[in-house]
Amino acid sequence: MKVQLSGITPEELNELTTLVKEVHGFDFSDYGKASLTRRVSRIMSLKKLSFYELKHRIVNAEGFFQHFLEEVTVNVTEMFRDPNFYRSVNELVVPYLSTYQHIKIWTAGCSSGEEVYSLAILLREAGIKHKCFIYGTDINTEVLKEARKGIYSFRKIKSYTENYMYTGLKGSLTDHFTIMYDAATIHSELKQDTLFSVHNLVSDGVFNEFQLITCRNVFIYFDNKLQERILDLFYHSLAPHGFLCLGSKETIRSEAFRKKFKVINSKENIYQKIGI
Amino acid sequence: MQRWQQAEVLLIGGSAGSFKLFFSIVKHVDVDINKIIILVMHRKKNFFSEIEKLFSEHSRIYIKEIADKDVLQRNTIFIAPANYHTLIEKEGYFSLDVSDPVWYSKPSIDVTFDSAAEVFNERCVAILLSGANQDGAEGLLKLRQAGSLTIAQDPSEAEMAEMPRSAINLGAAELVLSAEDIYKLIRT
Repeated sequence: MKVQLSGITPEELNELTTLVKEVHGFDFSDYGKASLTRRVSRIMSLKKLSFYELKHRIVNAEGFFQHFLEEVTVNVTEMFRDPNFYRSVNELVVPYLSTYQHIKIWTAGCSSGEEVYSLAILLREAGIKHKCFIYGTDINTEVLKEARKGIYSFRKIKSYTENYMYTGLKGSLTDHFTIMYDAATIHSELKQDTLFSVHNLVSDGVFNEFQLITCRNVFIYFDNKLQERILDLFYHSLAPHGFLCLGSKETIRSEAFRKKFKVINSKENIYQKIGI
Repeated sequence: MQRWQQAEVLLIGGSAGSFKLFFSIVKHVDVDINKIIILVMHRKKNFFSEIEKLFSEHSRIYIKEIADKDVLQRNTIFIAPANYHTLIEKEGYFSLDVSDPVWYSKPSIDVTFDSAAEVFNERCVAILLSGANQDGAEGLLKLRQAGSLTIAQDPSEAEMAEMPRSAINLGAAELVLSAEDIYKLIRT
């Protein structure tokens, strides 16, 4: 049998998304096609699977789908990615959050937890961490296990330290970690009042009310229609005047939602909910 | 050249040693070029470069750093942002991606070229300039196979020969041109 090593047709991609939806209940039909095609082709090439074999495994092989899900969704993340974003949160959002007794934060699509802990560090350095509760959610159970551990390789911490340097924060990133050999463990007080849980933005709904929602570099994988649906979910999950932070290259394009959010920082895409 | 005239898209990739060429190309682009121009340059994250600003000051047409879901339009120079891969959707817009670097690079030229090959076919002219690794060579080959006009900078004059040479060795380059000839082509 001829094994196709890379590339699937648009028709095959449709067939695959339908199959995944029917068998496993995950709906990728409104994901951006270019990236999804690239991810699926990559899995086929890494595992040396033909399209037929891939479908067969998704349906029949125990545990394969979890692996497929992990590979098809992008889990690359950094602490303090886009340092100017954290600078802006510190300058424009933290003063507002400080006025609350209890601050609830949701990081949607948190992957292995780097963004949750970046926020925790920022809030701790701002002296308001004790009033905060941070939820990190993702559709992958495996990455959430990593997030709960909060252990990162020393090599990664070195690159995160460079990011941290550009944020303008006054502390030092390594103050928040215990470093042993080549691993760095985040301090337990930063893990306090964080909760990592499975949530699928495509199919799950509102689960709490938040003063701040961050969802960075997740929308890039969704088409415009799906982005709008999830903006609606975020809108209804935000407290009055709550903040929404998208990735540095992700803007609210929908006219309807542009009216519902005030732009706080147009470069870093920080928005504030208008009205109730 | 008829294929140049008919192309809707001009796609250019480059790395080490290509900055001056990009700059000259941007200066040479005419207001009525009537093409979608996409530039992929290897760039470092957290290096708050002023490339877009600098290019804007010297260009006669609109320069835009790509944001997610930007719509492709003619008479615009789109520049791939740092720390993302840039992909092109069939519906005519860009999608960004933060997955792992390819050839140690994010943006990777291969990623954009591969995705362009799926969308543009013979409607594209692609150029690979100077660079110190092989990023872009395979992507250029895919573009050539898809019917695009593919060009590599002459390695003998490139500051870093590795990138265009890799493309030529793969048989990805239909034409091998000097920088001067590339400017000439863009002005026709």
